[in-house]
Amino acid sequence: MVTTTERGGSGQDIRRDNPIKAFFRATELDTRILGMVGAMLVIWVIFDVWSGMLRPNEGLFGGAFLTPRNLWTLLVQTSSIAVMTTGMVLVIVMREIDLSVGSMLSMVAVFGAVLQVYHLGPALGVGHPAIWIIAMAACLLAGTLVGAFNGYLIAFLQIPSFIVTLGGLIAYKGVAFLLASGETVAPMDKTFKIVGGGVPEGWLGPFWSWTLGILACIGIVLALISGRKQRKKFGFPLRPIWAEVTLAAIGSAAVLGTTRVVTSYPWPFKLIEQYATANNVPIPQGVEDKSGAAICMAGDQIVRCTDGLIYYTGYAAPVLIALIVGGAMTFLASRTRFGRYIYAIGGNPEAAQLAGINTRLVTVKVFALMGFLVGLSAIIASARLDAATNALGQSNELYVIAAAVIGGTSLAGGVGTVYGALLGALTMQSIQSGMQLLNLPAAFQDIVVGTVLVIAVFVDQLYRRRIK
Amino acid sequence: MATPLVELRNISIAFGGIKAVDNVTVDLYPGEVVGLLGHNGAGKSTLIKCLSGAYRRDSGQILINGEEVQINNPRDAKALGIETIYQALALADNVDAAANLYLGREILTRWGTLDDVAMEAEARKVMGRLNPNFRRFKEPAKSLSGGQRQSVAIARAILFNARILIMDEPTAALGPHETQMVADLIHELKRQGLGIFLIDHDVHSVKKLCDRAAVMKNGQLVGIVKVDEVTEDDILAMIILGKRPDQLTPKDKEAVH
Ligand SMILES: Nc1ncnc2c1ncn2[C@@H]1O[C@H](COP(=O)(O)OP(=O)(O)OP(=O)(O)O)[C@@H](O)[C@H]1O
Ligand SMILES: [Mg+2]
Repeated sequence: MVTTTERGGSGQDIRRDNPIKAFFRATELDTRILGMVGAMLVIWVIFDVWSGMLRPNEGLFGGAFLTPRNLWTLLVQTSSIAVMTTGMVLVIVMREIDLSVGSMLSMVAVFGAVLQVYHLGPALGVGHPAIWIIAMAACLLAGTLVGAFNGYLIAFLQIPSFIVTLGGLIAYKGVAFLLASGETVAPMDKTFKIVGGGVPEGWLGPFWSWTLGILACIGIVLALISGRKQRKKFGFPLRPIWAEVTLAAIGSAAVLGTTRVVTSYPWPFKLIEQYATANNVPIPQGVEDKSGAAICMAGDQIVRCTDGLIYYTGYAAPVLIALIVGGAMTFLASRTRFGRYIYAIGGNPEAAQLAGINTRLVTVKVFALMGFLVGLSAIIASARLDAATNALGQSNELYVIAAAVIGGTSLAGGVGTVYGALLGALTMQSIQSGMQLLNLPAAFQDIVVGTVLVIAVFVDQLYRRRIK
Repeated sequence: MATPLVELRNISIAFGGIKAVDNVTVDLYPGEVVGLLGHNGAGKSTLIKCLSGAYRRDSGQILINGEEVQINNPRDAKALGIETIYQALALADNVDAAANLYLGREILTRWGTLDDVAMEAEARKVMGRLNPNFRRFKEPAKSLSGGQRQSVAIARAILFNARILIMDEPTAALGPHETQMVADLIHELKRQGLGIFLIDHDVHSVKKLCDRAAVMKNGQLVGIVKVDEVTEDDILAMIILGKRPDQLTPKDKEAVH
């Protein structure tokens, strides 16, 4: 019989370790990721305190950072980069790089915009339901094909990915300019725009947000139970029950906490007013209060007040997309053959090939997947801006790669996780928007982000050396 | 005589002008172990890599059970039941033992996802046979010792019911106990009717484990001998001087001794 106090393969008895070590050993939590979460929370608190010292606000520590409004915006701003980062992790894990994602994003976004504004709109009539479907499908397909083309050059013609995608970085930018003749293409189809999360239709609302959050918690618990059953069936060492419960609690707390935050962010009051008048929703009488987020009637005037008609946004469409993509990509990376092959190729390309893996095909598929995600990000970014220009996506390759690297992806290949990269993206965006809140000049923001990137990698290496 | 399991006929392969393998012909029968010997760089690994699909030969034929086959990549070889333990081990360093064992042939759940638990269970079984002290099923391969890695590579080759096994210096990193287990394993696989190519520098163990020994020098085949018809010195002479026992002069014999 295996005792439940023994963990996994190491065969070490947890009772010999100090309590903190025992805790991490039993829960099998990734201490690196916890460290990152901790660092990000510290950054959040600093920004909140700092902004509060400049101008007091309703944040958790008296500032403007830890407010539902800012956190909600932060999530929305992160989503486009986050979606691409999940693909970039796999590219880097496979010992390749994709420098072309930023230019590809502008190319695809402009392509999708030109298609709907100059061609589909006039042909089908503005607002025709086929427009957004065709435009989105075209963006995804275009991204996938361009990515597959990159992959083909890399895998079959054996041109290094750095060169292929550096060429792409320069060339696709040119294509974007030509497609739009250097102009801003707008406005987007009104259904297409929903994906950007800038309109009420693109918000899930409190009811569905909570439903989703609770379903996610149930999912976490079920996953833990099924994992445990599986290990039990084969008579493998199990985690102690308290560790399982702790894991479920941490996961659920994160999900519910996020849901709580996004469901506390109200619609902009102008939109509440528009919605109420359009749908004949009765607006209660109340006293004007300019700091309130709700609306009421003061006589026959609609005014802002604290106690009145109010709607909350909940999860925004781009955030939902990023979360779904994050989940799907985590699944792909850790639970499928394709993912296993990507890691094996990154660990030892020769061994992977000798094991019978068609490494070239995997390479093409990974770049095609990267392209698909760029297409998705192009949809999100242009929908959010309600326009596409050839400046959209500029320098995105740098942020996407930086996010993956801050999230623990090793440029040497073989190492990296999707959730780490998502955290990396969120951390980087936090720093940028925090500094915007503090009104620091853009040049200064660049300096800080660049510095953080280098420090993050340095700390990561220290950490990896320590645990060896 | 029965048809050989494997026939390598007139195999040649050159790397940029260097003839690594030059017109070599060897065969292998079921239940037989053929030792491949030769100095460093003689072309042993290159020859068997033509059979395992890692290299594409420049000329020559490969026959399995008397029929010519096309082996253009490792997948072709595996489909024909040819398993290989490479000298350089060929493990993916960043994934664990079970993932390495099943690389390219993962066990899937009925949902089509990786069944890591089932793979770990199988890994524990097969590793138990080879190296009962092995416990580190969760560690990435890079944190394993050379011998542990070797055990994983061997386990991978025997896991899939191979008909033809190629072992390129399988005991190079193993301790005496593990070496003995590999010797036992070779005996058992032989009894099951597998054909085994065994590359080994140790003439003594070749004489013990193999039925025949093929010696190569500078890419060419010196000769193939039955091990119980020659002495260790005869084999050494083939390796060092490149002469078959019947070609040796008394002076040569002195030199080897
Ligand atoms: N991929 C390659 N590219 C170029 N030359 C190679 C390659 N592989 C092997 N060679 C050359 O082919 C010759 C035979 O090498 P091989 O590895 O087959 O020798 P070996 O008999 O296995 O030696 P050892 O006992 O050291 O393992 C050597 O001269 C080697 O340098
Ligand atoms: Mg060799």
